[in-house]
Amino acid sequence: MLSAEIKDKYELVVGLEVHAQLLTQSKMYNSDSTEYGNMPNTNISVITLGHPGTLPKVNKKAVEFAMKMGIACESEINRTNIFARKNYFYPDLPKGYQITQDKGPICKGGKVYITLNGEEKSIAITRIHMEEDAGKSMHLAGEVDTLVDFNRAGVPLIEIVSEPDMRSSEEAYAYLAEIKRLVRYLDICDGNMEEGSLRCDANISVMLKGSDTFGKKVEVKNMNSFRNVARAIEHEFERQIQMIEAGEDIPSETRTFDATTGTTSSMRSKEDLNDYRYFPEPDLSPVLISEEWLQSVRSEMPSLPRELFKRFVNEYGLPDYDAGVLTDSKEIALYFEELCQKTKNYKAASNWMMGPVKSYLNELTLHISDFPISPAQLAELIALIDEGKVNFSVASQKIYPVMIEQNGKTPLQIAEDLNLIQESDEGSIRPIIEQVIAANSAKVEEYRAGKKGLLGMFMGQVMKQSQGKADPKVASKILTELLEN
Amino acid sequence: MKIDNNTLKKIAHLARLEFDEAGAEKMTKDMTQILDWVEKLNEVDTEGVEPITTMSSEVNVLREDKVGEHLSHEKGLKNAPQKDSDYFRVPKVME
Repeated sequence: MLSAEIKDKYELVVGLEVHAQLLTQSKMYNSDSTEYGNMPNTNISVITLGHPGTLPKVNKKAVEFAMKMGIACESEINRTNIFARKNYFYPDLPKGYQITQDKGPICKGGKVYITLNGEEKSIAITRIHMEEDAGKSMHLAGEVDTLVDFNRAGVPLIEIVSEPDMRSSEEAYAYLAEIKRLVRYLDICDGNMEEGSLRCDANISVMLKGSDTFGKKVEVKNMNSFRNVARAIEHEFERQIQMIEAGEDIPSETRTFDATTGTTSSMRSKEDLNDYRYFPEPDLSPVLISEEWLQSVRSEMPSLPRELFKRFVNEYGLPDYDAGVLTDSKEIALYFEELCQKTKNYKAASNWMMGPVKSYLNELTLHISDFPISPAQLAELIALIDEGKVNFSVASQKIYPVMIEQNGKTPLQIAEDLNLIQESDEGSIRPIIEQVIAANSAKVEEYRAGKKGLLGMFMGQVMKQSQGKADPKVASKILTELLEN
Repeated sequence: MKIDNNTLKKIAHLARLEFDEAGAEKMTKDMTQILDWVEKLNEVDTEGVEPITTMSSEVNVLREDKVGEHLSHEKGLKNAPQKDSDYFRVPKVME
């Protein structure tokens, strides 16, 4: 084990390459379906299989999805896009090359904002380019052969390459979480790392603190969850420091992560790296992005999480914590946003979302799109509380469950049906309180002798006698008044 | 430009080609000839000329995102040297 003292001498440097599978119906360069989970080798055509004489054709929507990600990351959108062939031999790549972008990626530069411990930091983006996915090879135990399924071959991807700007595994985790949130807000990728629709390779190096030269970087692959990316980074940090401390050179190589042991092992060194011999793809004509096209894509951009977060904090006066929870998913954020068009009690709206709404959804593992109560109905319920007609516990425990049943009644009707409307009329509450005081004369004496804690007991009695309908504010006022005199 | 033996070997490996000594000699000769021929292009002054990447002058040949006709599973697998009822089979590759 490394001592904290030694570890503290070094700084970690991480850059990430993220592949995101785009949510198009058809593939990047042909019209095969991208549907997941079909029988093997059914989403195929002569183009996918790389038969001679076939020609690719670019999917317009995939280009627009890549533009959207670039706009979200404040990248410069490249107006003249050409594609390139990346040549290598692998059985999951039937053509013998992958059609990707080499020089002139669709998005240049840009940044992604992450927030850690309340502090915002921007991670620079080097580039985002378009390419196609490879097929899936299976190496089953007991099989002499490798089995290949080409359903995934040609599915559109964007590759998002960051600068080596991350300094801890927490930053890398936060960066990935933000990329996932962005692609989901943009509706261009479902962002599921476990199922492989979001994939991540990490370039990791270490250097002495204060140094201005990065150490030799190691590329780590095969991490299929955010947590595993963080684990792999932690492991590499220690492994590389140990090597440096032992006076060893760190070879530039590609390593694979083993989730069961939490360690990495060498896959191949950079010396026998493929020579990809990139050259411009002659089968695809350039894709020119006009100002009009860019503007029309820009106009389709949804509000982004960072923007909504700021609005929730600055305009609605919510705490950072609330804003963070509410913007975690686009659908929750949009529901909340609609709710705030119908009520001005933003904090109450936020409490409802984070409390009763979330727990109902979590309990039944439902999505907000399945939530039976509309923002307008929820706003009515909040208004009912604000008007003093019911209190929060009656609203959340008695009315809310009925609203979920969707009986078509308004919260007010439900409250009336169940006889839940609070008595806030002094005239009807006062006799109840007088009764309670008369029935507890001994306690009244104790209270007057200084045992002020008994107030709660009296309130309890009042609520019980009124069957929970007495407005606590009014009741407490009268009660105190009568007890003090 | 003369192709040396190392370059030839490297290119042969990248293209997964195998040939014997005599074949290598012939290949070296052919490739050298091809490169010499292409080198002739250097005689043309291309100062200020934008490179083209396709022979056609078309741009934005794009496809709407619609699913089209697939090749049937049977037809797709028909020409595979090795297959089973579901998959293409290839010699085991492990990384």
